[in-house]
Amino acid sequence: MRWVLDHAGELLDTTWEHLGLALIPVLVGLLISVPLGWAAHRWRAARAILVPASSLLYTIPSLALFVLMPLLLGTRILDPLNVQAALTIYTVALLVRSVADALDAVPGETIAAATAVGYGAVRRFFAVELPLSLPVLIAGVRVAAVSNISLVSVGAIIGVGGLGFYLTHGSQLSPPNYAEIVAGLVLIVVLALVVDALLVVLGRWLTPWTRARGRVVTA
Amino acid sequence: MIEFQAVTKTYPDGTVAVDRLDLTIEDGRITVFVGPSGCGKTTSLRMINRMIDPTSGTIRLNGADVRESAPAKLRRGIGYVIQHAGLFPHRTVIDNVATVPVLNGTGRRAARARAAELLELVGLPAGLAKRYPAQLSGGQQQRVGVARALAADPPVLLMDEPFSAVDPIVRDDLQQQLLRLQSELGKTIVFVTHDIDEAIKLGDKVAVLRVGGTLAQYDTPSALLAKPADEFVASFVGRDRGYRALGFLAAKGIELAPVAKVPLGTEVGAARGRLEGGWAIVVDERDRPAGWVSADLLSSLDSSAKLEATDLISGGSLYQVDAEAGGTAGTLRNALDAALSSPSQLGIAVDADGAVVGGISADTVLAALGAARESGEVPV
Amino acid sequence: MNIFEQVWSWLTDPDNWTRSINGPGIPYHVLKHLQYTGVAILIAALIAVPLGIYIGHTGRGSFLVVGIANSFRAIPELGLLILLVLAMGIALAVEAVTIALVSLAIPPLLAGTYAGIRNVDRDVVDAARGMGMREWDVVWRVELPIALPLILGGLRAATLQVIATASIAAFVSLDGLGRFVIDGRAFGADGGYAMMAGGAVLIAALAIAVELVLAGVQRLAVSPGLQTRRMRRRVARVWAQPKLITAEESS
Repeated sequence: MRWVLDHAGELLDTTWEHLGLALIPVLVGLLISVPLGWAAHRWRAARAILVPASSLLYTIPSLALFVLMPLLLGTRILDPLNVQAALTIYTVALLVRSVADALDAVPGETIAAATAVGYGAVRRFFAVELPLSLPVLIAGVRVAAVSNISLVSVGAIIGVGGLGFYLTHGSQLSPPNYAEIVAGLVLIVVLALVVDALLVVLGRWLTPWTRARGRVVTA
Repeated sequence: MIEFQAVTKTYPDGTVAVDRLDLTIEDGRITVFVGPSGCGKTTSLRMINRMIDPTSGTIRLNGADVRESAPAKLRRGIGYVIQHAGLFPHRTVIDNVATVPVLNGTGRRAARARAAELLELVGLPAGLAKRYPAQLSGGQQQRVGVARALAADPPVLLMDEPFSAVDPIVRDDLQQQLLRLQSELGKTIVFVTHDIDEAIKLGDKVAVLRVGGTLAQYDTPSALLAKPADEFVASFVGRDRGYRALGFLAAKGIELAPVAKVPLGTEVGAARGRLEGGWAIVVDERDRPAGWVSADLLSSLDSSAKLEATDLISGGSLYQVDAEAGGTAGTLRNALDAALSSPSQLGIAVDADGAVVGGISADTVLAALGAARESGEVPV
Repeated sequence: MNIFEQVWSWLTDPDNWTRSINGPGIPYHVLKHLQYTGVAILIAALIAVPLGIYIGHTGRGSFLVVGIANSFRAIPELGLLILLVLAMGIALAVEAVTIALVSLAIPPLLAGTYAGIRNVDRDVVDAARGMGMREWDVVWRVELPIALPLILGGLRAATLQVIATASIAAFVSLDGLGRFVIDGRAFGADGGYAMMAGGAVLIAALAIAVELVLAGVQRLAVSPGLQTRRMRRRVARVWAQPKLITAEESS
């Protein structure tokens, strides 16, 4: 406990660092996944390529991807960009499928109605299809965010920052600093749970129609 | 024989699904349970094979209380067909049908041979045997379901809205098939439906149940149509009761009127001379009706032209004289409908091959109805 | 030579296939990796599959499944490994890691089995009972074969998770392909990165190879009647609920 209080400032900084490492890939990944997912939804050929490719990428263990990133990006080994790039790839691999399925799930009649009312294709996408796919999308984003927060800690093995540092550093001391390890672990888990909860709230706020309960009674 | 003795089913939340049901289901007949949602028809059916157990009362199968047998053993001797067939998606059609015989210990080859026979019996092509249920249409799946239920040759067959999930044309086909099967096999069938027309069409006896699980009337279909027990049954049976009841009266001894027949390809000029009452029926080379011609129609055509199918006025329904053809064939209803729907007001009567044998007018039908009443054929 | 060439030469150096810095060569570590994975999956399956069948078939305790499946995603693998090894002592490192691997494998297997059993058409189960199958027959002859695609999907997700975590096990002194990554890092600039990257390539290759084998097993083991397009779409829809399962669809 002493240790935690002593290092409170440092812990907080590292937590922010960890968040950045985990969540920026989610954001970037989402931005990449939406058009890719739309392509997979729209064209069968695109789906036939994108879905297996995503599955394949998702199969590669995170450690391997972190280590191989410098090879592919030309960065230094310790560059945090490696972790972010790898996590972006994971996020895209996860979300492309989510986006495609979510768009598939929008009822055909709704789209037809929107077109009949006079929406052009682009406007319709943003006004109708995207909002209706939000629930599934948000669920996917939650999985991506929580997974990423957990996976960033693996980066500690190759020396990239984040709360994983406390896990590796604390365990390599002699005797091991349990306070440090536990602090790191607890913070990571709490961070994941908090982010998940915030995303749930965000999701509910963005989709008021899913919250509606009860029926309107006409007199 | 299946007996319901004061059978009641209540649920913990207080709903009464079946309320002191008392009735006897005769062997070798189709008995239909019909009624609106919540009348307990499916619950009652499922108590026969112990899928549900009654809260009180007894169900006897050939004298023995069904609760005395272990459920699994009891069910092996009872066929069970449900609305969406419930076929095993992971097994081929033939293996689906062979399920109960295999469970009972029959060797796989013998069971499959039997299954093949049954597939033929329900009218499915042999090529379907190796397919999987997901590759079949709804109607085909339903037939497989029936075949599966019959595989172990059970004396009793329970059917829970088996034809409700298919479209009307397929449903009609399946109903006909069931009646054909029954005439061959003579099983004791208990059939549940919410469709009163289906009940009347299929049932030898029909039990109409009310919401709350009480029996409103248990009678033959014609009695149901002619003498509904109360307001509920009358309104459930629906409109045009009188007309539909005609479907149960055989049109025996109805005299057919002669009708002017003109073959296709006759010259228009010649045809004009053959009209009777301003109309003639045009027939094909096998004497089957193709359509009508009237005086007005012929006057608009060139005299030397030959009559073609595209010139004709389409006719109404046909009065099938041969009652063996099934459905309402050979009944007063069939005859009356032919007369009413014909453009010339003369219904066309055809024989089993579809060839025109004469005409029938509405007046003749009503006269026949009067005669039937006098001779006591119509329930009063 | 550039970095690609370095990695390539590390991978193709015959020496590395017989021995490495700290001892045995590549084949040994591949086998060790597979051994850790296999043992953990086996134990996890023995626990999760019967449990999933019971909960799915009877419907009791379903809250357990959803709770476990969701919450385990938030636990960092590295932290779990470190804590368990420290708690049990370095002498029991293998056992500790096995426990960690098993607990990471159980959620996807449990979720997949539960989802599989639960998603068997109720009509099919009703028909099976109605034709006189006993409860045991219903589970064994009907529910399980139909649930197989989702169960195998859970198996694949679990195997993926375990292979990935086994890659990190080297950090807590175990063998396996992660050894090359850890050792390579310690080695530093001179040829160290080549070893790390070589190890990473091997890890990725192993993961992909195992995944392909399991996909093949799935294709062979699952009844063709469940592999028609209509049925595959049904399975994919369940699988795609991210709440329940982590990895991608079974193809």
